[in-house]
Amino acid sequence: MSRTFETVLPKLVIAPAFVLGFAFIYGLMIWNSVLSMTASRMLPNYETFVGPEQYAKLWEMDRWWLALKNLGVFSVLYVGGSLALGMALAIVLDQKVRAEGTLRTIYLYPMALSFIVTGTAWKWMLNPSLGLEKLMHDLGWSSFTFDWLVQGDTAIYCVVIAGIWQSAGFAMALFLAGLRGIDDSLIKAAQIDGASLPLIYWRVILPILRPVVFSTLMVLSHLSIKSFDLVMALTGGGPGFSTDVPATFMYVMSFTRGQIGLGAASATMMLATVAAIVVPYLYSELRSKPHDR
Amino acid sequence: MTAKTLPQQLARVAIYAVLLLAAAFFLAPLYVMLATSFKDADEIRQGNLLSLPGSLNFDAWRAAWSEACTGTDCRGLKPFFWNSVLMVVPAVLISTLWGALNGYVLSLWKFKGSELLFGLMLFGVFMPFQVVLLPMSQILGWLGISSSVGGLILVHCLAGLAGTTLFFRNYYAAIPKELVNAARIDGAGFWRIFFRIIVPLSTPIVMVTLIWQFTNIWNDFLFGVAFSGADSKPITVGLNNMVNTTSSVKAYNVDMAAAVIAGLPTMLIYVLAGQYFVKGLTAGAVKG
Repeated sequence: MSRTFETVLPKLVIAPAFVLGFAFIYGLMIWNSVLSMTASRMLPNYETFVGPEQYAKLWEMDRWWLALKNLGVFSVLYVGGSLALGMALAIVLDQKVRAEGTLRTIYLYPMALSFIVTGTAWKWMLNPSLGLEKLMHDLGWSSFTFDWLVQGDTAIYCVVIAGIWQSAGFAMALFLAGLRGIDDSLIKAAQIDGASLPLIYWRVILPILRPVVFSTLMVLSHLSIKSFDLVMALTGGGPGFSTDVPATFMYVMSFTRGQIGLGAASATMMLATVAAIVVPYLYSELRSKPHDR
Repeated sequence: MTAKTLPQQLARVAIYAVLLLAAAFFLAPLYVMLATSFKDADEIRQGNLLSLPGSLNFDAWRAAWSEACTGTDCRGLKPFFWNSVLMVVPAVLISTLWGALNGYVLSLWKFKGSELLFGLMLFGVFMPFQVVLLPMSQILGWLGISSSVGGLILVHCLAGLAGTTLFFRNYYAAIPKELVNAARIDGAGFWRIFFRIIVPLSTPIVMVTLIWQFTNIWNDFLFGVAFSGADSKPITVGLNNMVNTTSSVKAYNVDMAAAVIAGLPTMLIYVLAGQYFVKGLTAGAVKG
């Protein structure tokens, strides 16, 4: 093989990934935003350019505002709840307990399951007639009522519960790995100084874990913006469209309501939100690594 | 070991109490799914979520696998399950192999601008795939593979590309440069180094990527619901449609059996090769 061929060979091998990858990521992004500036309804129609009209329409829709409000409620509680529960579990697991491996496996298994599977299970457990409510009645708490899933203003909290259940183990795994990386002598030194264990965690260990917490926060935040499956399986966006989030809004507009232009506009808004969170993060992650090779 | 004081012993008890309570919280839905799937309609009405089934009754499982109706189609989950298998096997193999080649170039055959291009590609790990749905469905139509398993395979390979490339690139970046340089001095070329040196070192990362991709693609719902047709729906879509089919009597036992069937492949892999799955999760979160 000639020398020149050897130097272009790596570029030839990577070329399809860059060409197809960029076409898929950035090409389709641009394509989608072109679509969002047309009046396309059932089918894409590129001859009906209307400029930012679909965006104006989107921001005038109560349903879109409700989807955003739901996303806000869901994101804050889901991300916050997963981080808090994950951190609590990681700290307790880090106390040199028995059967740690088994417990870790139990806390993390929901991550291996599809949101459709777990959403189906939660839907059955939270249903008002035969689910949790009946269980509490059978246990003797006869005045217990739990109908959050079928009430428009509370159904979103059911999505939060199922979401935290699914993701807390993931946060736990990341935090536990972080805790294991902390030098024991730091804790010993603080103990000799007379600090109590809770104080050590709060003042010494949490600050060291800040980068891990931040990464986890990033991942969970972008997952919450993209969350679609769980809502579809648990509530289908209902009752009515009271648990709509941007992802279900986009799907319904694009594929069942025949409002492709509007659907594309809502997808662009989702992209902008994720980009605003993730791009600075990716940039700093890539910048902070030494380019030694 | 030194004897523990009373407060220390109490603290240990509290720790184990919290751990066991948490374990019960995480296991409860799995228990409820399994228990419900073995009950008949009467037992469900009379019992509650935690009550044990009277016997190991597999009727609901049989119904979920091959008899339950989705709309007017009463073939159970079986066709959807096989659609998912047909989709997941090629998609996982292709995206893993592709990622390995890309990661090899991006770590050991870097060229001017390759780092920047890789950085730009990383956004693919995070982007909301909603932006690709509408253009992609048009492209699949032009290619003549809309509503087909083939179309889903293509989409999953493209959607997984950034992630698999990242996994392999980070793993190969830790291979000692001297190893590769020595081989180069001996006259080994691009492919020879790949097959003789890199591939034999790749087993752990191949496992991580295979399991990661399998879990993601098997569990995918968004692409499945947007791009599949009547004969190519994956199991997540089949399950969701079956559960939401409006019928006079809700068969919760069949729904739960169906949910367990849909979750079984990824659960099995998690139980058998959990440590690789966890590595994939953490590698996906901590980049660069």
